Amino acid sequence: MVDRSGTPLVEMKDISISFGGIRAVDHVSIDLYPGEVVGLLGHNGAGKSTLIKCLSGAYRQDAGEIFVNGEKVSIENPRDARDHNIETIYQTLALADNLDAASNLFLGRELTTPLGFVDDAAMEAETRKIFQRLNPNFRKFAAPVSALSGGQRQSVAIARAVYFQAKILIMDEPTAALGPQETRMVAELIQELKRQGLGIFLIDHDVHQVKELCDRAAVMKNGELIGVVDVDQVSTDDLLAMIIAGKKPEHLAA
Amino acid sequence: MADASASTGQSQRKSFFQTLELDTRLLGMIGAFAVVCIMFNLLTDGRFLTPRNIFNLTIQTVSVAIMATGMVFVIVTRHIDLSVGSLLATCSAMMAMAQTQVLPGMGFELNSPIIAPIAILVGVLTGAIVGAFQGYIIGYLGVPAFIVTLGGLLVWRNVAWYLTTGQTIGPLNDTFTLLGGISGTMGELGSWILGVIAVVAAGFAIVSARRARIRHEFPVKPMWAEFALMLVAAVLILGFVWILNSYDVPSRVLAQRFEASGTTMPEGYTEGYGVPYSVLLLIAVAVVMTIVARRTRLGRYIFATGGNPDAAELSGINTRLLTVKVFAIMGVLCALAGLVASARLSFHSNDIGTLDELRVIAAAVIGGTALSGGMGTIYGAILGALIMQSLQSGMAMVGVDAPFQNIVVGAVLVLAVLVDIIYRKRTGAA
Ligand SMILES: Nc1ncnc2c1ncn2[C@@H]1O[C@H](COP(=O)(O)OP(=O)(O)OP(=O)(O)O)[C@@H](O)[C@H]1O
Ligand SMILES: [Mg+2]
Repeated sequence: MVDRSGTPLVEMKDISISFGGIRAVDHVSIDLYPGEVVGLLGHNGAGKSTLIKCLSGAYRQDAGEIFVNGEKVSIENPRDARDHNIETIYQTLALADNLDAASNLFLGRELTTPLGFVDDAAMEAETRKIFQRLNPNFRKFAAPVSALSGGQRQSVAIARAVYFQAKILIMDEPTAALGPQETRMVAELIQELKRQGLGIFLIDHDVHQVKELCDRAAVMKNGELIGVVDVDQVSTDDLLAMIIAGKKPEHLAA
Repeated sequence: MADASASTGQSQRKSFFQTLELDTRLLGMIGAFAVVCIMFNLLTDGRFLTPRNIFNLTIQTVSVAIMATGMVFVIVTRHIDLSVGSLLATCSAMMAMAQTQVLPGMGFELNSPIIAPIAILVGVLTGAIVGAFQGYIIGYLGVPAFIVTLGGLLVWRNVAWYLTTGQTIGPLNDTFTLLGGISGTMGELGSWILGVIAVVAAGFAIVSARRARIRHEFPVKPMWAEFALMLVAAVLILGFVWILNSYDVPSRVLAQRFEASGTTMPEGYTEGYGVPYSVLLLIAVAVVMTIVARRTRLGRYIFATGGNPDAAELSGINTRLLTVKVFAIMGVLCALAGLVASARLSFHSNDIGTLDELRVIAAAVIGGTALSGGMGTIYGAILGALIMQSLQSGMAMVGVDAPFQNIVVGAVLVLAVLVDIIYRKRTGAA
């Protein structure tokens, strides 16, 4: 059971953001505790990615506040997010296709030699180490990531988040491109990271997966938060009903 | 049967090159260059591949090649710079005016030793500031590079005109003109020393790369492949020095030199020109730019941004500032190219650098820089510049009419891109 008595790792309060006329996120509040996985559910275009992009620094919210460890923070860009140990695996897998796995893993945080030059050999060695753990079958260390399969690309993105010892991890549909075996590996990884005390936001369309991996599930529709529920207190049908009808289940509504 | 043997032969050759880890596209370019040279050599009854012509070809290539290395960065980040020829003119005008009007006006003699360094500094600063300014408009204000530099093409050409009131400015300072080519060379001994240093440096680079791989327990090439590479590098470097050393200074010039120093020239005395200082400058630029591209964060970010601008941004790279830096580098290189171009003429002319934007972009593209961004090499761009210049000089030597020369150059540019697209499709490189 997750201990929710202390200060939350992340608290997003009353976040709103619009694109042109569209309210992509409309007064959404959500929090995350250490060692907790919070699932974000909702139909396509519900605003899930947009909400977490405010936390990862890709977007700046129009209104609302973000607290990390109880302190109000201002996240203007991805660098600010990293400074707060927030790592993100984007739905679109933000990788530079022309660079190899190691260069992508360390992009923006290269290892350097004492003279300040990038140390490719050291970065490749570290990359091999982490892949030993995440994806032992991976061999294409010298190839640009454009030559990798969808799942291999995903493991590069995941490796990046894990390597830099995030405290807060955002995973936007991390298993969308994965086969069953790789999906299981990511699930195990999530559980391991959870044990290490990370807080994870997991966006996923698979309600079974959310029920299995998450402690709580937040459901969004048309930019609004329908509700946050304890996954143990709802069935997958309840979750589906929330996504489709946009209402909390009867037995929790009160 | 014939087919089968041909294909095994091919696969063996392939694995041979793979063992050497040589870039097949580089080999292709070298092959194209060799074909051009041999063809013109046959058409000119051997006049194309003489030390004299190779020397001239080299010094004619320097200015465009210097700018082409910067254009690689510009195109890799998915931009373009159409203003390089004009910016070269503005920098050249600034340097010419500084050394002939402004500094003499402040009481310095035209040939005082302080003139050349100050003039060069003025030129480099001009290039950096103008480049950074254009980069700012592109990166921070969001005007496409195509438009900003198309405007710049007109603006800087005419700023140069305004600065010099359209006049030819010269003669230039003696030290300054040393960087023009034939007016400043290292001599035979100096060139051999340079060649040996270059061979040692190449050997050191190969060895240290191998050590780094062994230290991290990565697979390495077989020793024979390393030695073969080292041998090829040594032969190329020393061969190049030998050719430039074989181009003799005319005895008339030598006699004058002896006369000036108050002695008479010994009978049968000869001396080769050796490596021009302008080529030394190009080599320095090439080394620095290659190190920037491969070994620095700046270079890594340039390629990452070209590969996927969004990914670069999300990885915390300040892509706007990066744009400013890339265009500032381009500006500095335009200034250095302007230095070499005006020093070669020994004056600044109003039309200096005209149409260079075309040559520079062509050199980068022929050298394998992908217009879709994210891909390109410094050595490729220099080789591209050399191929362009060989075509142009070769056609002039054969006596092809001027309009046809330009038609061929334009067609070659398009053809090179087409070949590149087909090559990338075949090899599966995006
Ligand atoms: N950069 C943008 N510019 C304009 N509109 C945007 C932008 N990003 C998102 N939107 C809009 O905001 C809304 C929410 O999009 P978002 O990507 O957050 O959905 P999502 O819940 O992640 O959907 P999916 O499950 O398909 O990933 C959509 O209507 C989308 O069209
Ligand atoms: Mg999404």
